[in-house]
Amino acid sequence: MSKLFDYRTCPTTGLRVDRAAEKLIKANAVAAVVFLAIGGFFGLTVALTRWPAVHFLPADWFYLALTAHGFDVLLVWIIFFEMAVLYFASAILLNSRLAGPKWAWAGFALMLSGALITNVVVLQGQSSVMFTSYVPMMAEPPFYLGIILFAVGALIGCGVFFGTLVIAKREKTYEGSIPLVTFGALTAAIIAVFTIASGAIILIPTFLWSIGLVGHIDPLVYKTIWWAMGHSSQQINVAAHVAVWYAIAAMVFGAKPLSEKVSRMAFLMYILFLQLASAHHMLVEPGISSEWKIFNTSYAMYLAVLGSMVHGMTVPGSIEAAQRARGLTKGMFEWLRKAPWGNPAFAGMFMSLVFFGFIGGISGVVMGTEQINLIMHNTLYVPGHFHGTVVAGTTLAFMAITYILVPLIFRRELVMKKVARWQPYVFGIGVAGISIFMMGAGTLGVARRHWDMTFADAVLPFDYPSAAYLMMGLNGIFAIMAALGGVMYVVVVVGSVFFGKKLAEDEKPEYPEVPPESAAVSHYGSAETLKIPGTAFLVGIFFVAFVLYYFVNWKYLSEIWPLS
Amino acid sequence: MPDNNNTGEEQSPDPDREQIPLMQRVLDNPFLLLVLGIAMPTVLYIIWGIIEITQIPIAD
Amino acid sequence: MAITPPSERIWWRQPIAKIELIWIVVAFLWGLTMFFMMIYWHGAGEQNLSNEAYKIKPQRFAEHAQKMIDEYQVGEEAGFPVVHPPPGSDVYLIARLWQWWPILELEKDQSYRLHMSSMDWQHGFSLQPININVQVHPGYDMVVTVKPDKAGEFGVVCNEFCGIGHHTMVGKIYVVE
Repeated sequence: MSKLFDYRTCPTTGLRVDRAAEKLIKANAVAAVVFLAIGGFFGLTVALTRWPAVHFLPADWFYLALTAHGFDVLLVWIIFFEMAVLYFASAILLNSRLAGPKWAWAGFALMLSGALITNVVVLQGQSSVMFTSYVPMMAEPPFYLGIILFAVGALIGCGVFFGTLVIAKREKTYEGSIPLVTFGALTAAIIAVFTIASGAIILIPTFLWSIGLVGHIDPLVYKTIWWAMGHSSQQINVAAHVAVWYAIAAMVFGAKPLSEKVSRMAFLMYILFLQLASAHHMLVEPGISSEWKIFNTSYAMYLAVLGSMVHGMTVPGSIEAAQRARGLTKGMFEWLRKAPWGNPAFAGMFMSLVFFGFIGGISGVVMGTEQINLIMHNTLYVPGHFHGTVVAGTTLAFMAITYILVPLIFRRELVMKKVARWQPYVFGIGVAGISIFMMGAGTLGVARRHWDMTFADAVLPFDYPSAAYLMMGLNGIFAIMAALGGVMYVVVVVGSVFFGKKLAEDEKPEYPEVPPESAAVSHYGSAETLKIPGTAFLVGIFFVAFVLYYFVNWKYLSEIWPLS
Repeated sequence: MPDNNNTGEEQSPDPDREQIPLMQRVLDNPFLLLVLGIAMPTVLYIIWGIIEITQIPIAD
Repeated sequence: MAITPPSERIWWRQPIAKIELIWIVVAFLWGLTMFFMMIYWHGAGEQNLSNEAYKIKPQRFAEHAQKMIDEYQVGEEAGFPVVHPPPGSDVYLIARLWQWWPILELEKDQSYRLHMSSMDWQHGFSLQPININVQVHPGYDMVVTVKPDKAGEFGVVCNEFCGIGHHTMVGKIYVVE
C-alpha cells in the first residue's frame, strides 16, 4: 500500500482525507469566497450605475469598478475555487495523498499576491482598461504583472493535480479508471493549461511593452491570443461545473452515471473542441477569413455543444433514474417534485443546470453564429449571455457544492440553515433576471461597458428606445436580488467556517441531508431497462426552445441592411 | 509522457481477463489527453488565426 | 457513482440506453444543421462580412478620408462635416477619441464600400437602431459593402470601451431617398 501520510478517515464516505490537501482546499476556497465578495460588490455598483434612474457612480469610478468586477469574479473567484475542486477531485476522491503540497502552497501564494497586485493597481485608478485590456490602450505595468503571477500560480496548481493523478495510480489508491467527477476535473485542468499558456504568451510581451521594452503589440494578434485565454478560462468553468453537477447528483442521490462511456466521451469533446470557441470574440474583426471563423466558432461542427447537450441529459437522467429506483415512479415528474428542494446543494445544482442550458447555452450558440454576431457583438447581449453561463451556471454550481464541502472538509455544521435554504433561489433568480434583461437591452442595441446610455454629454444626440431603459431598470432590480443572494452565501459560508458547530472526527454531518444508501440505486443502470421519461420530456422542451430561438435570430438578421 | 507504457502493467495477471479496449485506454491516459487538448486549439485556433492575420495585405 | 471509480473494469463495452442514443443523434444532426446554416447564408443570405481588410497606417487612412471630405462635403453639423459621396464609391469613416468622423449621407438602395479604421485605440462601430456591430482596429482598414435599405437618421455609437470619454462618442449616418 501507499507511503504513510497524515490523513483522517471521512466518516461519511470512508475515504482517507489527506490533511495537506484538506488545508489547501480550505485556503483556496476561502480566498475564492473573499474575492467573490469583492467582485460581487463591484458588480452591484456597475448594475446600479447602468440603471438610468439611479446612475450611481461617476464615469471614472464606473470604468474602474467594471475592470475590477471582471477581473475579480471572472478570473480570481473562479480559478481559486477551481483549485479547490482540482485538489478535491484528485487527492480526496482518489483516496490519495496530494503531490507536492509545498508546490501547491507556492502556487497559492503566487495567485494571491497576483490577485492583490492587480486589484491594488486597478483601485489606484490608472488601469481602468477593462478585464480585456485591449492594446494599444495601456495599463500600469503591475496590472499585467499581477495577472501573470496569478496565472503562473494556477499553472502550478494544475501541475499538482496531474502529479496527484500519477501518484494515485502508482500507489494504487483506487481500482480501474478514475471517477467520472475526477475525469471532469481533468478536463478542466487540461483546458486550464492551454488557457494559462495562452495568457502567458500574450501578457508577458504586453507587460514588457508597458515598461517600454517592446515597441509595438499588434491589436488583432493581441485580441486573438488574449481570447484563447479569456474565453477558454470560461471553458474551464464549464468543465468544472459539469463535474460539480455530477458530484452533487452522486452525493445527494447516490446517482450513478447512465453511461460512463457516453459521459466521458462528452468530456472528450470538451478537451478537443471547447477551446476553439474563443473565436466567438473574433467574428466581426477585420481580415480573418470566414473559413477560420466558421470552423472555430462552431467548435468544429458543434462537437463541443454535442458534449454539453449530452451532459444536459445524463445529469438529470441519472437523478431521475436514482429517484425512480427509490420508488418515486408516479407519472413523469414525481421524481422531480419530490426531489429535496430544501437542500441548497440540490436546488442550486438543478437551477444551475437549467439556467446554463436555457439561458447561457442557447444564447451562446446563437451569438456565436458567424453572421448573427453582427447584431449582437459588444452589445449588452454579450454580458447577458455570460452571466447566464458563468454566474447562473458556474457560480451557482460552485455555491451549491460549498454546502456539501463545508461539513465534509471544514468539519463544521452549517449555520443559519433557513438562509442557506433560500440562498440558491434568491441568487439564482436574481442572476437569471440579470442575464435576460441584459440580453433584452442588447437586442435593442444598448452598448456594453458604457457609462451613459442617454448620451447626455455627446455632441451629436442619439436615443435608445424607451424599452431599453425599462430593461436596464429591471436589470438593476434583479442585480440587487442577486447581490442579496451573494451576501446570504458569504454570510452562511463564513459563519459556518468560523462559528459552525465543530463536528467530531467520526461524526457524520446531518445537513444537508443525504438519502440513505440504497442497493437498488447502484443497480438500475442497465441499458435495456432504463426509463427516464421526465428527462426525455425536459430535453425535448430544451431542443424546441433552442431551434426556435436560433431561427428567430436569423430572421432578425435578415432584416438589417444588406452587407457583403 | 510517463504514462504510455503503463497499459501493460494494467493487464491483469489473470489471462482470462479481456484486454481493455483502445478507446478506454485513451480516456484513461491523462497525459495523452493533455497533449491533444493543447495541440488542437493551438493549431486550429492560434496558429491558423495568426497565419490569417499575417496574410492581410498592406494598403497602398 | 460519479465520485467513485466505475464499477465495471471494462466500462467501454457497456451498452448505451436507447434514449441516450437518440439524443446523441439528434444533437449531432442539429450541430451539423447549424454549421451548414452559416455556410448556406454566405451563398443565399444578404448579411455577410466580406472580411476584406488591409494593413494601413492611421495617417494614410486619415488622408483618404480627408480627400473624400474635401471632394464631397455638402454641409456641416455641430462641427462635423456632412459628406455625400457618390453611390458605389469608397467611403471612409474615421474612429478616434471620441468621434466618428465625418457624418455620412448615403442614398437609399445604393451600395458603398465603407472603410473603417481607428486613429488610436480600438473602437466599436454600432449602427443604431439597426444594430449592426463591427470592431474597428487601429492599423487595419476594414471594408464592408453596405446597401442601406431604409431612409432616415442613424446613430453610430461606440461599443468598445475607449477611455473616459467613451460614452460621448456618437456619430451619425443619414440615408436619403
